[in-house]
Amino acid sequence: MSDFLHMGGYGYYVWSAYGGALLAVVAEIVAVRWRLRAARDATSTLIAVGWLK
Amino acid sequence: MRDSTLRTKSHNVNWFRYSSPASFYPLAGALAPWFAVPAILLALAGLYIGFVLAPTDAQQGEAYRIIFVHVPAAWMSLLIYLAMAFWSALALGFNTRLSAMMAQALAPTGALMTLVALWTGALWGKPTWGTYWAWDARMTSELILLFLYLGVIALRQAIDAPRRADRACALLTLVGAINVPIIYFSVQWWNTLHQGASVSVTSAPRMAALMLSGMLVMALAAWCYSIAVALVRVRSIILERENAAAGSAQLDGMATRGAL
Repeated sequence: MSDFLHMGGYGYYVWSAYGGALLAVVAEIVAVRWRLRAARDATSTLIAVGWLK
Repeated sequence: MRDSTLRTKSHNVNWFRYSSPASFYPLAGALAPWFAVPAILLALAGLYIGFVLAPTDAQQGEAYRIIFVHVPAAWMSLLIYLAMAFWSALALGFNTRLSAMMAQALAPTGALMTLVALWTGALWGKPTWGTYWAWDARMTSELILLFLYLGVIALRQAIDAPRRADRACALLTLVGAINVPIIYFSVQWWNTLHQGASVSVTSAPRMAALMLSGMLVMALAAWCYSIAVALVRVRSIILERENAAAGSAQLDGMATRGAL
């Protein structure tokens, strides 16, 4: 396992690369879901006040 | 309420129906999981091939394993731009709302893929070339791609009228498309620190079969991921625009009645 993390001495580069990519992807998934929820909430509010049918 | 439109029984599917945002909204919602689930499975399979099955590289040791995220992200950064240019051309040519929304939905994911390509490239460059960054043609043109994505996103933020923003962004996207062949051919046209293409349609790939398959599976995962995220984002855009239109119509009505 520690051999795997060590990556033949390149662990810092390999895991920083994959860690950064994972962080970016997770952040985008969270952002995109949050945005859809916010838009849906706004739509329900507009329907509730009768501004949108 | 909108999800019911998808369930209307009709054996003669009129595909043009889906070019209207209101009809595409439920379709996009139904399609998204069909890309999100394969994206996860393909990424897991690709990482398994890349980290467990693929052998150590004779020259680069384990550092080469960055390839399984770097190349798919870099390919995707170009493909998403091409898709964005395609939707922009449709939006300008036919004045279709949904095409412009598709282009809008793709921009952030394109920017993200470009950022990941640059980030992983820098971390691969240091151990193999001895530097995180060089102003060579491939890297500089990829950095310009990031600025183009950010420029399109910023341009939209700067224009209040959505339909006008659609046209301005479409135009900028199409002008910027010249950068895509420049990035792709940069390694042939100029002497770059960046290596040439490892995979091309005209010659046999210059890498081991397992390395190649790991990379291709990860590329498929990136495709599925990008489509899934863009579908969810386009749904938000459809709702946001509908909400804004309803809001301003209501305010206009109140203003005419002298209520404001």
